[in-house]
Amino acid sequence: MKRGLIIVLFLLSLAAPSCSLQKPSDDTVVIWHWMTDRHDVFERLAAEYEQQTGGKVDFQLYAPSDIYSQKVVAAAQAGILPDIYGVLDPKRVFADFIQSGYIADLSDEFKQNNGAWAKTFFPKALAVNRFEENNFYNIPPGIYGVPIDVTNIQMLYNKELLRIAGIQHPPATFDEFLEVINALNRVGISGLVSGWGELWMVNCFALNYAMNIMGEDKVVNTYRGEVPYTDADWIKVFRVFETLAKKKALIVGIVTKINKYAEQDFALERAAFAFNGSWCVNVYHEMNPDLDYGVMLPPRVNLERPMSIWGGAGSSFVVNKSSAHKQQAIAFLKWLTAEKQQSFLSRETRNLPANRFAAGSIPDILSDFAQGMAYATHPTILPLEEDGLVRERFDKGLQAIVIGEKTPEQLARELQELKVRQMARQHRKDGR
Amino acid sequence: MAAFMTNKKTRQVYHNVLTNFLFVLPAVVIFAIFYIYPFYETFNLSLHEWNGISVDKYFVGLDNFKDLLRDKVWWSSLWHAAYITLFALTFQNILAFSLAVACDREIRMKNFYRVIFFIPPVLSEVVVGLIWRWILEANVQGGQQVGLLNHFLYTIGLNHLVNDWLSDPKTALTCIAIVHSWKGFGWGFVMFLAGLQTIDRQLYEAARVDGASPWGIFFNITIPMMVPVILVVVILTILGSMQVFILVMSMVGQGLVYYTDVPVTRILSAMHLTRQYGYACSMGVMFGLILISLSFAMKQISARMKQV
Amino acid sequence: MNQYLIKRYTRSTLIHCFLLGVALTCIIPLWWMVKSSLMTNETIFTDRSLLPTQFNFRNYFLAWTEGRFGLYLLNSVVYTVSVVVGIVFVASWAAFAFSRLQFPGKNIIFYMFVVAMMIPLPGSFVPLTVLMTRLGFISSPYSVVRQAGYILCMINVGLSLSIILLKTFFDKMPHDLEDAARIDGCSKMGIWWHVALPLARPAIAVIVIFNSLNVWNEYILAYLLLNDIPGKSTIMPLQRGLMVFAGTHNVDYPLLMAGLTIAAVPIIILYLLTQKFIIRGLAMKDSLKEGRFFKVKMDTMREAK
Repeated sequence: MKRGLIIVLFLLSLAAPSCSLQKPSDDTVVIWHWMTDRHDVFERLAAEYEQQTGGKVDFQLYAPSDIYSQKVVAAAQAGILPDIYGVLDPKRVFADFIQSGYIADLSDEFKQNNGAWAKTFFPKALAVNRFEENNFYNIPPGIYGVPIDVTNIQMLYNKELLRIAGIQHPPATFDEFLEVINALNRVGISGLVSGWGELWMVNCFALNYAMNIMGEDKVVNTYRGEVPYTDADWIKVFRVFETLAKKKALIVGIVTKINKYAEQDFALERAAFAFNGSWCVNVYHEMNPDLDYGVMLPPRVNLERPMSIWGGAGSSFVVNKSSAHKQQAIAFLKWLTAEKQQSFLSRETRNLPANRFAAGSIPDILSDFAQGMAYATHPTILPLEEDGLVRERFDKGLQAIVIGEKTPEQLARELQELKVRQMARQHRKDGR
Repeated sequence: MAAFMTNKKTRQVYHNVLTNFLFVLPAVVIFAIFYIYPFYETFNLSLHEWNGISVDKYFVGLDNFKDLLRDKVWWSSLWHAAYITLFALTFQNILAFSLAVACDREIRMKNFYRVIFFIPPVLSEVVVGLIWRWILEANVQGGQQVGLLNHFLYTIGLNHLVNDWLSDPKTALTCIAIVHSWKGFGWGFVMFLAGLQTIDRQLYEAARVDGASPWGIFFNITIPMMVPVILVVVILTILGSMQVFILVMSMVGQGLVYYTDVPVTRILSAMHLTRQYGYACSMGVMFGLILISLSFAMKQISARMKQV
Repeated sequence: MNQYLIKRYTRSTLIHCFLLGVALTCIIPLWWMVKSSLMTNETIFTDRSLLPTQFNFRNYFLAWTEGRFGLYLLNSVVYTVSVVVGIVFVASWAAFAFSRLQFPGKNIIFYMFVVAMMIPLPGSFVPLTVLMTRLGFISSPYSVVRQAGYILCMINVGLSLSIILLKTFFDKMPHDLEDAARIDGCSKMGIWWHVALPLARPAIAVIVIFNSLNVWNEYILAYLLLNDIPGKSTIMPLQRGLMVFAGTHNVDYPLLMAGLTIAAVPIIILYLLTQKFIIRGLAMKDSLKEGRFFKVKMDTMREAK
């Protein structure tokens, strides 16, 4: 018995090194983030900030991002959110967070000095964090988050692989794209790779083509329930996927690839095209610095409308409304988004800066990405979002089309049935 | 005088019962805090509609359960879990049993096998998913198969069997089931081996002297003596396989459409993707009820087998 | 005679082939893990030779330092040991009570544990976090308190199965041993420590290895329930260190594989140590012998008085 006790006490004493009876220093701003690839850079910036201003900032990393979201939700419920954190979820969740009082309204900060802070940003970067007048979510209008970088999602092409197939320049229309695919298939090179194992990526590609085919207004009206999914334009959108699958334009196993593996595939030159975001520049550089590639907009189906891509703030931070260090937190965010720090961040992590005055110092391929910003929109900027269940069925249905288990017409019918049911349920809920 | 004696005796009895209860107290306290409370919350939430963030929760009574009964994706996910479980019960446990029987008699290298077979359970599910993903990879680069399995099939000339294992609805779930069984047979092996070693060797000798054939010995002595261990392994296999999800997610991400969904991935999807916490909790409650009924059924079967 | 020998040899060879075949499938992933840990990120997918062509042992050093493995490993060890020790004590007390002692509500409480094993709570993370915060475990400034919260949670995870397993073992304990001990003046705690636990060694070994594996590989609850406080050393477990290599976009495969190999070693060692108990100790003869030794010891002690 004594021996057992001794052993137990010994083991418990192993915990002693991590014991400390001091209270933590009270003036540190705590930031929770999910960006594994940037953690080092963040820590360096924090050290620099402390040197310059004496303010202490602690970056804590919780990855991967799905666990990060869970942690933030749990912390919100338990009332232990840190001073600065991020909301990785769709706008509806962002709105819910604001409504429940977890996010500080930063509009006044942005308006100070005649909007000085706001003017340093790309307008599209701020738009994602902004709620307009009379928005669908009944949130008081204002800006609730601070963007620290900008991204957009476009198509990339491997110049070397295209040359092997005899293609000199990238396709500009969808029909040209299909011809290029034929040429690639003849020499045994895979066409397009993308992280379509992640539903949001499927959604992104689909909505890009939806905007191109029918325009933003019709898409939003579909969300409102005024336009059915069985409309001919939507069938055209679904048919894009069907065509890609039938013409063998997609890499094998695309619907189970998470984005990370899709990026690796393109970096390892396993496919001639990729559909990915500007963060990929960093990935490709790490995995294959000699990769010879370029950026292009997804080739249009409808030549009368422009192609739309997703773009806007890549990562944004929000300030906890009940934080004890709100002023220090905001001061740090202002420092972080100043030109010098943004240039540093952009160079080190190979991402587009949110501060437009830092745009001069970005490496070449990124400036190609930046040019696409003119066509960029973002689902969170749309006046309203599609119902969660309908969106899931939409995304999974497109995956089913890609593997040949469903036809566009079947999907359209199913979606419309579900949409009608969900609208009815929403009416019942609103009526309460 | 008598009254005083009774008092002391009842006090003695009271003291006795209290000490007995103290043995169970730590377990009950921990259980009450960490299981009963969340269980109550889950049950409570299943009667509401909630998005996980806001303070408003709408009470909807049994609506979530009614929707659940009509949810085809949910029932197919249950079938997928049952498929994986059946696969594990047969393939995994028969493999574990045969390996245990083989190791029971083999003296050479027995320790080597005992260690090797336990390596899959030791690895975390994330790692196992990663490794098997690479093995089942279906890409072709520069004319060569990237994945190990397809490469192997190609080199031994079975080109026509080369397949996109994880993206083909017909094979994806089976691949997951195989990997799950591969990871789990180590446990069954260890338990079966332990059980086999408790069988008295003299029983075997006696039977052999009486002229019984090896198969006769196997079916009339080995199996009946192993029934309790077999039942424990069966119950543990069922419980473990029905709840699989990390392996699924690490092999096919958010799933191959709905063909690889299992109940827990549906629950997580309802919680995080579509933000229907109440619905997710109702799934959890129904899942729990199904598992309980399964276990009670198993208990009845085991009771009946013990009578035999 | 020769025919018999031939039959025996063929059977022996077939059995060995079978065992080796299965062992091979178990080794292949391990081989790939170790081989990859010795390569670089560029060659890891293209090089498919059997033996590693590069020997970047430096990867292990890098994994250790970049992943700050020293501290994370210590934390994991602390969690695993505390949880396992906690479960062994709490579960064996409870199982002993269910098996040998009487108290009101015994059956109901036992069935509660049985039912708990059946009903998983995949959605319990959020209520659990809220609860832990209200109880003051998550945001306490003292590391020990925050760690204790996680440890208690993990004890609960493994409790039901351990109690049920131990109860089946205690049920098999022969009554005469227990009676002998009680006559000799052993308290209930004494019976538990001297008689019941030694007899249940195989079950305890199973519980140790099973729960160690669970805690060692666990990461979800660790993320949710453990918060680091700036300025103090981290309380995160090993799995957290591994996540550093599996970034959002970049995966440093060789370092990740090196890290995973390092992470797998302690558990394998633990298994090697405990597997003797599981397989050998189950033989009733041995445990009865133990019991007889104990009885003889008590007898001689009594006679000596």
